Amino acid sequence: MVAVLDDSDLRRRAWEAASTVVDPEIPVLTIADLGVLREVEVHDSRVEVAITPTYSGCPAMNMIALEIELALERAGIGRPTVRTVLSPAWTTDWMSEEGRNKLREYGIAPPQASGSRRALFGEQQVACPQCGSVNTEVLSEFGSTSCKALWRCKNCREPFDYFKCH
Amino acid sequence: MTAGNISVSETPLVLYTLRRADDALILGHRLSEWCGHAPMLEEDMALANMGLDLLGQARELYSYAAKVEGRDNDEDKFAYLRDVRQYRNLLLLEQPNGDFARTMVRQFFYAAFADLYWRVMMRSTDATLAAIAAKSEKESAYHLRHSSEWIVRLGDGTEESHRRAQEAIDLLWAFTGEMFEVDDSERGLIDAGIAVDPAPLRAQWMKRITGVVAEATLTLPNNGWMQQGGRSGRHSEHLGHLLSELQSMPRTFPGATW
Repeated sequence: MVAVLDDSDLRRRAWEAASTVVDPEIPVLTIADLGVLREVEVHDSRVEVAITPTYSGCPAMNMIALEIELALERAGIGRPTVRTVLSPAWTTDWMSEEGRNKLREYGIAPPQASGSRRALFGEQQVACPQCGSVNTEVLSEFGSTSCKALWRCKNCREPFDYFKCH
Repeated sequence: MTAGNISVSETPLVLYTLRRADDALILGHRLSEWCGHAPMLEEDMALANMGLDLLGQARELYSYAAKVEGRDNDEDKFAYLRDVRQYRNLLLLEQPNGDFARTMVRQFFYAAFADLYWRVMMRSTDATLAAIAAKSEKESAYHLRHSSEWIVRLGDGTEESHRRAQEAIDLLWAFTGEMFEVDDSERGLIDAGIAVDPAPLRAQWMKRITGVVAEATLTLPNNGWMQQGGRSGRHSEHLGHLLSELQSMPRTFPGATW
């Protein structure tokens, strides 16, 4: 019974430590906000953290795994095993409401509510994160990272990043 | 000293997985060749981004092939230590970039197929391939949208862009049939629900590309003769040149790390 309590306490502490890790390319978002942090499990006091990539080739994954190891070391938990899971595939629907607000404040338009194929191929209406106008246009389907596209506001003339729905 | 080729136990599942991994790696490498050379900054980013998606898919597939094979091969050895005859990618994907129109037509033909293929593969009875398919399907959908828009823009653009796009279609058409080919090693996997029979996808693929090509005021060749050989390691001369660049470091400095 004691061991079980210890494990659940360890799991909670490990989750808290891991969830402070930020995305190196969008440092206002934690991996918990993004939904990249999937699971923290404890087996015989050994911690295993599961993360999922946003895009297959996302180069931030190695860095995120390293940061998780460091965060748990710093929290005195010791080095975890970091495992990558592909299924179910990550979707922008997993991004928390808090994460969406943080993105907007940071100047990146958050993804539209549902990353469905209809949204991908249909008409998109993306609000400018600076002035809120939806009088915007796409400049480039691909942006500075795999997860972003480049847009421009026709109202305030500011270019901005849009976190693609996926 | 140079590093020699690895040997691979090509059981049906290893071969099947390597074929798709090679597709992703070779096309991803071709796209990366545009880095710093694209006609505009937005396209430079787009091509590099798509190349990165494909490289990510290749890594997942190579790692899985290594796991299934169960020897001491890994993703790096598959990519760096096999020669031309050991590569199993589609001939279409190794064709040189040419001009921007040729790169876009190659991308369009393949993305229109990959998008259909990966969506069906999500139902594979092999859990790992199904999971890789679920990620690749989303990425392919984006690549298809991007290249479709360019086909229309180029075909229905200036006289010169129209001519170049049409030349690219005429040149690459003969390589499209290979996407729908199946050989004996794949039939057992198809029967087991691990792999997808691509033949029935051909009608859907034709329908998709016909619509875009018509909107672009371009035409598809009537020629039904199709080139094949890539799946069994018989490649065009272009793949050797590509691999010599891709593999030069690990071949010259075996086991080098940094």
